[in-house]
Amino acid sequence: MKQFIIFIRKEFFHLWRDKKTVFILFGMPLVLILIFGFALTNEVKNTRIAILDNSKDETTGTIIRQINASRYFDIVRNIKSDRELEGAFREGKIKMAVVFPMQFQYSLLHTNKAAVQLVMDATDPNVANILANYTTAIIVDYQSSMKGHQNLPYTINTELRMLYNPQMKGSYNFVPGVMAIVLMLVCAMMTSISIVREKEMGTMEVILVSPIVPVRLVIAKMVPYFLLSAVNIVSILMLSFYVLEVPIQGNLALLVAECLFFAITVLALGLLISSVADSQQTAMLISIMGLFLPTIMLSGFFFPVENMPVPLQILSNLVPAKWFYYIVEDIMIKGLGVAYVWKETLILAGMTFFFMVISIRKFKTRLE
Amino acid sequence: MNVITVQSLTKQFGSFTAVDNISFDVKKGEIFGFLGANGAGKTTVMRMLCGLSFPTRGEVTVAGFDLFTEAEKIKKTIGYMSQKFSLYEDLTVKENIRFYGGIYGLTDIQIKSKTDFMLQDLSINDKADTLVKSLPLGWRQKLSFSVAMVHEPQIVFLDEPTSGVDPVTRREFFSMIYEAAHTGTTVFLTTHYMDEAEYCHRVSIMVDGRIDALGTPTVLKEQFSVSDMEGVFLKLARGAKRGDD
Amino acid sequence: MRVLKILLEKEFRQVLRNPAILRIIFMMPAIQLLIMPLAADYEVKNVKLCVVDFDRSAYSRELVNKITATSYFQLVDYTDSYNKALTYVENDQADLVLQIPAKFERQLIKEDKATLFMALNAINGVKANLGSAYLRTIIGDYNREVRTEWLQIPRFNPQPVIEVAAINWFNPYMNYRIFMVPGILVILVTMVGAFLSALNIVKEKEVGTIEQINVTPIKKYQFILGKLIPFWVLGLLTLTIGLAISYLVYDIAPVGNIFTIYFFAGVYLLAVLGLGLLVSTVSATQQQAMLLSFFMMTIFILLGGLYTSIESMPEWAQAFTKVNPVAYFIDVMRMVMLKGSTLWDIRFHLLTIFVFGIVLNSLAVWNYKKRS
Repeated sequence: MKQFIIFIRKEFFHLWRDKKTVFILFGMPLVLILIFGFALTNEVKNTRIAILDNSKDETTGTIIRQINASRYFDIVRNIKSDRELEGAFREGKIKMAVVFPMQFQYSLLHTNKAAVQLVMDATDPNVANILANYTTAIIVDYQSSMKGHQNLPYTINTELRMLYNPQMKGSYNFVPGVMAIVLMLVCAMMTSISIVREKEMGTMEVILVSPIVPVRLVIAKMVPYFLLSAVNIVSILMLSFYVLEVPIQGNLALLVAECLFFAITVLALGLLISSVADSQQTAMLISIMGLFLPTIMLSGFFFPVENMPVPLQILSNLVPAKWFYYIVEDIMIKGLGVAYVWKETLILAGMTFFFMVISIRKFKTRLE
Repeated sequence: MNVITVQSLTKQFGSFTAVDNISFDVKKGEIFGFLGANGAGKTTVMRMLCGLSFPTRGEVTVAGFDLFTEAEKIKKTIGYMSQKFSLYEDLTVKENIRFYGGIYGLTDIQIKSKTDFMLQDLSINDKADTLVKSLPLGWRQKLSFSVAMVHEPQIVFLDEPTSGVDPVTRREFFSMIYEAAHTGTTVFLTTHYMDEAEYCHRVSIMVDGRIDALGTPTVLKEQFSVSDMEGVFLKLARGAKRGDD
Repeated sequence: MRVLKILLEKEFRQVLRNPAILRIIFMMPAIQLLIMPLAADYEVKNVKLCVVDFDRSAYSRELVNKITATSYFQLVDYTDSYNKALTYVENDQADLVLQIPAKFERQLIKEDKATLFMALNAINGVKANLGSAYLRTIIGDYNREVRTEWLQIPRFNPQPVIEVAAINWFNPYMNYRIFMVPGILVILVTMVGAFLSALNIVKEKEVGTIEQINVTPIKKYQFILGKLIPFWVLGLLTLTIGLAISYLVYDIAPVGNIFTIYFFAGVYLLAVLGLGLLVSTVSATQQQAMLLSFFMMTIFILLGGLYTSIESMPEWAQAFTKVNPVAYFIDVMRMVMLKGSTLWDIRFHLLTIFVFGIVLNSLAVWNYKKRS
């Protein structure tokens, strides 16, 4: 046992002395949270748009002013002709152009009808939709203000209530995502590289010849990274709570426990990777292509699983991070308790067990 | 004629003095052994002489060029074999020869003739197209030496060339060194195998960054009244303070 | 020149024999392009709706029918318990709850207005936004139908109506893949350029072969060029593979000139290679190099406008975009591939990246010391 502790200490020093690495491993969660919390948002605002006003009358003027006043839009160009339109889009300067035909006011007053055309840059379909919606809303508002507030008979109103995320902040979705990324980096990538490095440098043999049990050696390697990830988990939660003001609705202890548990799952994965990789580059490659990318793509953190084609949905069940996502979402954002997450936790436990068994078997065969 | 002149050479890493004010010369065609325990400073000296590390102080000339101002010229005239043998493991024997030959300015014809000669000399004709990583250690070591000599340098620096190699291969290796010295190449090597010192024309022994002994093996053995170089070393080492790196 | 040739021979031989690198070049584009565009679908559809109907009148049911007739909404349950509906949301079985109050129909007729209640799972802001907008549109349509049904036309004062028509350019089918593919291509090229090159040089440091190089008369610039050129070629190769897959699998071909893309990619690679080089000069181990380049790339990619638009970012983030090479490339890719922009259109991007390339590479060359 004492021997084991000595090994753990040695691994600690290895890690600790590499100041650059430690710095990044501590700093990365911080930076990611800041980015996700403050810089990235799905909210649409300050979108650069252009106006092509063929009519130039009072009505168009008013509508244009109202559009400009909205925080969603930033009118950056007044286009003079259709030709210019395409150029403006191609230069990437605008996302939408509002086109008023000639004699807009005249049409409206005399025939009670006029048309406005919105030309959208639909490369991002959702943004295009949202922009179209906002613009339409502004125009509809103007329309109903035109003949005074005439209350239409038989009006159905709707009232909205936002659950879980009243301010529609994007950050709620991303916090568990950041946690998963960081844990994957620390527990899988770094751990596997560290283990493989000893294999590569040949120092593994030296240690294997020593009286320590090989399994203990490997576990000793995982311990510093586990502690590191514990620190990261706590710092991410604290940052989210205090700086991003993401409320933690459910039981904090349960949340932390589940995160630590997930860290162990990822450590087991790192172990698996190190048992099949023969060089550091390979370990890194497998971590990125086999773990990281699938997690980002299929876990549900960044892209909704229900939108995926069915085969991918099935595939996503193999990604441990997906279950972790459900767990964190349930506890942290919805405030639910153990009763809701025991299934997912069990699945993670099963995966962990599976990974460890395979790794240990692989290690054993390597040594013989 | 001195191909290497070293005067008051010092190297400091912060407050730690790795090499402490050493002076020595190496003659043309000599096999000069730079001995000492691990951590005594031998590799540091060699790295400085090869232009891999800046001295803190001192005056050094290698092949007549000044170390501080004409380092790149020096590099054209020296060969180097590092502790880890530094052949590219994922290249074949022939490819390694071609690479180093080309780097030192050999033409294709020259490279071809050198390659043929080396393969013959080392009896590895059948292994010409094998990757270096499949070569056994002893072959790799001899190949490294040959490659270090591919451009017929004036001086060849060998850093612990025989680490981890069996005694028979070591003996073969030294006969290669003798041959090189015979043709006028100066050989500067570091080692911590004291018995190899017997093979050298002159040796110096470094202890704690200083040169505590310098001379031919015969003279040193007499000086310390011992029968072999190991004895010389032991007597000096007793006062040493620095151990392993 | 000859030295450079010899160096390049060696580098290419080593790269082609390195299974890890080859796998990245070929497999990564395949995996990313095959899975990501299919997975990365932000389009809002199949919104799971639970209706709580306390009215159960003919009109309330007609409304519900109208809603479920569209493909946007999937009716999960039609119940009379709000709590049950909330449970669905808790379990992620419903995204949206529409509550029709008791006496809805009667209120509408008697008092001229009635109110419906919507509760949404707002965790996914975009979904909530668009989902509620769609529902409102449908309700609005229904409202108009009801109105015209109950009122005689001539007596109804025509209100001025402004028709708003939206046309979608560049992506008429509103296909998310068109949006994602250019971005993915950028990531692929960046990874090869920054990541692999940094690792390659650091590996020589770690193993020790770099000393052998430093001892030779190889000049700094020769060594660096010897490392840059192979990865430059590999980067463009990856791009080619990526473009081929995009075309074969998704039928996405550049609207603009393909050479424009290659030209910009060539200049861009110089810049990111410089970055990789710089990373390698400050890392001693492969682990460090990998971590550092990974960290940097993550930041660049996230803040580069790949998922979220740059315009919505706060001032400081937008300022950062100016020095983020990835942002430029993502922009250019989308512009040229989807909108057909020309070299002239992207001249500012080109110039900026070129300057980056010069600065980064100069820094790296300066930082690389044969003698320490």
